[in-house]
Amino acid sequence: MTAEEIIKNGQKVFTKTKLLTDNVMSYCPGCGHGTAHRITMEVVEEMGMEEDTIGVAPVGCSVLAYDFMNIDMQQAAHGRAPAVATGISRLWPNKMVFTYQGDGDLAAIGTAETIHACNRGENIVIIFVNNGIYGMTGGQMAPTTLPNMKSSTSPFGRDVKMMGNPLKMTELVAQLPGTYFVSRHAVHSPGHVRKAKKAIKKAFENVQAKKGTQFVEIVSNCNSGWKMTPTKSNEWMVENMFPFYPLGDIKVDGKLIEK
Amino acid sequence: MGEFKLMKGNEAFAEGLIRSGADGYFGYPITPQSEVIEYLMAEEPHKRTGMVVLQAESEVAAINMVYGGAATGKRVATSSSSPGISLKLEGISYMAGAELPGVILNVVRGGPGLGTIQPSQADYNQAVKGGGHGDYNLLVLAPASVQEMYDFAGLGMELAFKYRTPVMVLSDGVIGQMMEKVILSEQVTRLTDEEIYAKYGDWATVGRTNGRERNIITSLHLKSEKMEAHNHKLAAKYKEMAEEEIRFEEFETEDAEYLLVAFGSSARISQNAVKIARAKGIKVGLLRPITLFPFPKARLNELADQVKGMLSVEMNMGQMVDDVRLAVNGKIKVEHFGRVGGIIPTSDEIVEALEQKIIGG
Ligand SMILES: Cc1ncc(C[n+]2csc(CCOP(=O)(O)OP(=O)(O)O)c2C)c(N)n1
Ligand code: SF4
Repeated sequence: MTAEEIIKNGQKVFTKTKLLTDNVMSYCPGCGHGTAHRITMEVVEEMGMEEDTIGVAPVGCSVLAYDFMNIDMQQAAHGRAPAVATGISRLWPNKMVFTYQGDGDLAAIGTAETIHACNRGENIVIIFVNNGIYGMTGGQMAPTTLPNMKSSTSPFGRDVKMMGNPLKMTELVAQLPGTYFVSRHAVHSPGHVRKAKKAIKKAFENVQAKKGTQFVEIVSNCNSGWKMTPTKSNEWMVENMFPFYPLGDIKVDGKLIEK
Repeated sequence: MGEFKLMKGNEAFAEGLIRSGADGYFGYPITPQSEVIEYLMAEEPHKRTGMVVLQAESEVAAINMVYGGAATGKRVATSSSSPGISLKLEGISYMAGAELPGVILNVVRGGPGLGTIQPSQADYNQAVKGGGHGDYNLLVLAPASVQEMYDFAGLGMELAFKYRTPVMVLSDGVIGQMMEKVILSEQVTRLTDEEIYAKYGDWATVGRTNGRERNIITSLHLKSEKMEAHNHKLAAKYKEMAEEEIRFEEFETEDAEYLLVAFGSSARISQNAVKIARAKGIKVGLLRPITLFPFPKARLNELADQVKGMLSVEMNMGQMVDDVRLAVNGKIKVEHFGRVGGIIPTSDEIVEALEQKIIGG
């Protein structure tokens, strides 16, 4: 049977968005980056904004996001994506501009650019993929690495006295007057993917309505860097990452959510 | 008849940006160039032409805002002074790699480190040898007057787009701070978004307008063959600049037996030194490179057949002198004279150095 015969009317359950290219993704099997890419591009397609969206890729595993996202993209220096996005958005105020960044990129080397773009309320979406580690360079400690978590530069676990504490960047930027919507999600199960996509859509819609900075964190796995199978890494993420980085909205319509 | 105005060099550069139709400026304060952003903020160019001006949180952020804007086909500039330029070099290298146009003004002060806020030309090597990491060059323009500070804002942007490359205007604290008469040109209208789509739509990341294929701006080439091909492409561009864009000015060189070579404020002082030396009966001329990269090598080599020696006058410990020596290729003696620390050489000191190092030496 041919593929067309198998996929008869009504049996088709999934269509890849045309805003993802056919390039084979460079991510490890099981990694959350691919899903985060997909839902971001689905949102842009659903909004019919592919001719007016400009994305900024970071330095990190998602440096090649522009190979997979079928829209106009710029590649930024390590950590500088929010500044690059600021330049674009200021000069093209009617375009939808977003950055896609890892935790090393956004919360270590790019801390200043992140905080100041959020504080100015730049009209951009920031998608922040937090996997608690430097994936691309081989699993070194990130600013978000949990206490006692092992990495190649904290081989006996993160000793917070010596190496400092993990940084909750999302809670931090929620305090700034420029952020309008700040929310934390995950993409390891269908339910979580749906919620994350809803949040990303809200973020893009807010930018369309010129509401300022929209910040969506996706707590994700790095099965390679964590040295676990994909399934085990997701279990570990639920058990260890979620208590420290609780999922849900932190700021909606410019107002902090009372907890 | 043109419009005249008495302006500081830094202000002239800012006005030059507005009048030449720049779309954006991103900067961070540092002496001796803060007047650029102060002037722009006071002028409110968003009301005059729609130009965007933003004070960034650092030079690093500012150059990356330039990167983002330039990658959409907009005419964007930044300015700083030496320590700030060091911070910008990462972004400048990325711009060169990603082939992005843009103008960067360096109003040089003394260094290394925090150095001094006094004028200097110590960033010559940094500017003309690329400065940041990787195999690249910037097109470098060296203004010697407030008028040129004004003119090079627009000229720099034109060249930046012609070659899709970052252009550096290498000035110094003297030229940036002094006041002179400037002849102002007519306001050039900024390009509309539609004009940008039409002109730069084949590379600029402005959204996939009219359903075209996506544009990508990147400096990353993971495949060795692609990286090598890209390096060759950049090198070909620099070669073309060397054929098309060399600019220099000569003063009293026709009958010269000796030559001063100087750029920027040193050239202004050297011009006076030529007059003093000639009054003493020494036949000396001056060559002022206006483009420091590409460098007027061929003309210097030609002059080396005419003159007996050259003195490179620079406000540093001897940087351009290396390029003069390379141009002359051993034909004649080439020496350096410079004052540093913010001390500006006098015309008499230059004549004395010429007599001691070249004529007598
Ligand atoms: C200026 C600079 N410093 C360091 C690096 C090396 N580097 C590349 S990616 C990376 C960390 C990326 O980690 P993260 O942002 O968490 O993304 P992930 O790979 O985990 O998705 C580092 C340190 C670089 N490319 N540039
Ligand atoms: S190294 Fe980690 S973050 Fe990078 S692709 Fe692999 S699993 Fe994903």
